[in-house]
Amino acid sequence: MASPHLPISSADPYAVKSPGVYSLEAELADVARAQNRVRDPLAVTSALLYLDNITVSFDGFRALNALSLAIDEAEMRAIIGPNGAGKTTMMDVITGKTRPNEGVALFAGVNDLTRLDEAAIAQLGIGRKFQTPTVFDMHTVEDNLLLAIKESRAPFSNFYWQRTPFERERTDELLERIRMTDQRKRSASELSHGQKQWLEIGMLLAQEPRLLLVDEPAAGMTDQETADTAVLLREIAKTRAVVVVEHDMQFVRDLDVKVTVLHEGSVLAEGSLDQVSANERVIEVYLGR
Amino acid sequence: MTGVRIIDRTGAVFLVVLLAVAVLVPVLNLLVPPGSPFHVPDYMIPLLGKYLAFALLAVSVDLVWGYCGVLSLGHGAFFALGGYAMGMYLMRQIGTRGVYGNPVLPDFMVFLNYKELPWFWHGFDMFPFAMLMVLLVPGALAFVFGWFAFRSRVTGVYLSIITQAMTFALMLAFFRNDMGFGGNNGLTDFKDILGFPVQAASTRMALFLATVAALAGGYLLCRAVVTSKYGKVLVAVRDAESRTRFLGYRVENYKLVAWVLSAMLAGVAGALYVPQVGIINPSEFAPAQSIEMVIWVAVGGRGTLVGAALGAVIVNAGKTWFTGALPEAWLYALGALFVVVTLFLPKGVLGLWSSIWARRKAAAAPPVPRPEPAE
Repeated sequence: MASPHLPISSADPYAVKSPGVYSLEAELADVARAQNRVRDPLAVTSALLYLDNITVSFDGFRALNALSLAIDEAEMRAIIGPNGAGKTTMMDVITGKTRPNEGVALFAGVNDLTRLDEAAIAQLGIGRKFQTPTVFDMHTVEDNLLLAIKESRAPFSNFYWQRTPFERERTDELLERIRMTDQRKRSASELSHGQKQWLEIGMLLAQEPRLLLVDEPAAGMTDQETADTAVLLREIAKTRAVVVVEHDMQFVRDLDVKVTVLHEGSVLAEGSLDQVSANERVIEVYLGR
Repeated sequence: MTGVRIIDRTGAVFLVVLLAVAVLVPVLNLLVPPGSPFHVPDYMIPLLGKYLAFALLAVSVDLVWGYCGVLSLGHGAFFALGGYAMGMYLMRQIGTRGVYGNPVLPDFMVFLNYKELPWFWHGFDMFPFAMLMVLLVPGALAFVFGWFAFRSRVTGVYLSIITQAMTFALMLAFFRNDMGFGGNNGLTDFKDILGFPVQAASTRMALFLATVAALAGGYLLCRAVVTSKYGKVLVAVRDAESRTRFLGYRVENYKLVAWVLSAMLAGVAGALYVPQVGIINPSEFAPAQSIEMVIWVAVGGRGTLVGAALGAVIVNAGKTWFTGALPEAWLYALGALFVVVTLFLPKGVLGLWSSIWARRKAAAAPPVPRPEPAE
C-alpha cells in the first residue's frame, strides 16, 4: 500500500524486452543441472517417460485404449487430437490423478507412476500446467513462485521459516525469465489471463521438473503472447522434456517439434507436423465426420 | 522483506484492546464504587470471560475455515471435550462435599449405583493431567477424524456434513447415563479449582484474566502459523487445492496439522468456559451450537482471526441482551444478522471497519493524480 498504483500501459508488457532475451546464467545453470543427471543403472528404458499399453475405462468408456508413448530426456513433443481423444486423461495418468486399469507407466526408467500419488510424482520432477491458468490468487506473484520453488514440502519444516538466499535468488531469476520482475508484489488475482499463464509456467520451472506437461498454453492468448510462449517453451525444452497438448495449429507449427496425434485413446500418427497433416487417417479423423 | 509480520496493524490494535480489557475490567470492578455508572458488577466478570472463551473458539474455527477452507460444523465437539476434561477435574475436587459425601465418586455415579470410578476418570484429580487431556482428547479425535476424512479427499459440503454428524453422534453418546459423564445433566456443582473456591469473586477474576491471556496467546499462535510458509501453503490449498498437490505438497497433511491445532485451541476454550459458567452438559455438542460458531466468524470477518474474535463477542453480547429483553426474537435476529452479513458485508464487521478506515484515509490525503492514459 506504500505507493499508488503505477499507471499500467495498455501496450503488451512482454514487448518491452525482445523475446528470447533471458538470463544466460540461468540457462547455463539449467544445462549444468541437466548434465549432472546420471541415469539410474536399474533403468529398464532410456526414455524419460515411457507409457506402454495404458488403458483407462470409465464405466465401460475407454478414455485411453492401449496407449503407448515414449518421451526422451530434453525432448519437446506436441500432442494433438480431436476432443475426447484422451489427451487430458493421459496427463492425469502421468501425474497420478487417475490410475490406469492396465499398462506400464515409467518415469526415468525406474519410477512406476501407477503406484505413486500426485505429490510424490511432482516431487520426482513432473510438472503440470492446467488448461485454465491456475495460480494462487490471494498470493503475490513472488509468493506464487516461492511456494513452487524446490524446497521441503513437509508441513513442520515450513513452520519456522525465513526466506532463504536461495529462495530469493531463484525467485529473482524466475521473475526475470517470465518477464514479470516489475509485477512481483502484485496479487496474482490482478494479472491478465496471459500473465497468469506465464506465472504458472514460472511456477513449473521453479519446481525444477525433468518433464513438463503443458495443457493448451496458448488458449486465450493474443497472437503476440502466443508467439512469445512458443519461444519460452522452446527455451525450456533445451534442458528438460516438454509435452505440449494444443489445439492451435499455428502454435504447434511455431514449436516446430515432433507431433503425436491421439484418437480415441490411442496413438494415430507420429512425425513432423507436415507428415501427420498429410496422413490420410488424420485428415479423416479431423475432417471426416 | 521477510514477508508479513506476525503482528500487523489490526493485530496490534486487537492486542492493545485485550490488554486494556485486562487492566480496566479489574479496576472498574474493584476500585470504582458500585454506585458509579462505570462500575463493572461481579456478575459481569464470568459473562465477559465466557465471551472471550467463545472468541478463542471462534479464532480456532477461523484457522481452519478462513485459511484452509475447511468449513467445520462440528467444532462444538472439540470445545465440549475440552470442557468435559476440565469438568472431570472439577468434579474430582468436590470430594466429600457432594450431596452423598462419597470421597471418590461424584454424586451422579453414587446415584446411578456405580461401585467404583470408571477407568477413564482416573488421573483427573490431578490438574496437570486434566490440562493435558484438555489438549490431547480433542487433538486425538481431530487427528483420527482428519486422518480419514482428508486422506479420502472429502471436501466441501460433504466434509461439513460429516463434521456435523461427528458432533451429533457425540451428543447422543454423552446423553447416555452409562457413558459415565453424567448423562443429560452433565457435570456441575463445582466447588474448587486448584484449591480456590470457583464461586469466589477473586477466582472468577483470575479465570477471566486467564481467558484474556489464552485468547491473546491463541491469536498470536494462529498468526505465527498463518504468516509462516506453512500458512501460505494453507491458503494455497484453500484457493487451488489440486494446483498445490501438483506442486508436490501432501495437501492432507497440511490440513491435518491445522485441523488438530484448531481442535486443541477449541479444547482450551472449552476448559476456560466450564469453570466460569459452572456447568458442562451434552447440549454443547448440539449441531446448532457448532453452526452458531460459524456465524460468529462470518459476522466478524472470515480469514482475519481478529474478526472471528470480534464476531464471537458481538453475537454473544447480542444474544445476552436479546434473550433478556426480547427472548422470542433472538433466533430471528441471529438469522437476519447472518443474512445481512452474507449479502452486504462479505468481509464481515472487520471488513466494513477497514474499508471505512481506508476511505477516511483516502479522503484526508491529497487526491492522487490520475495516471495519464497510455499513448
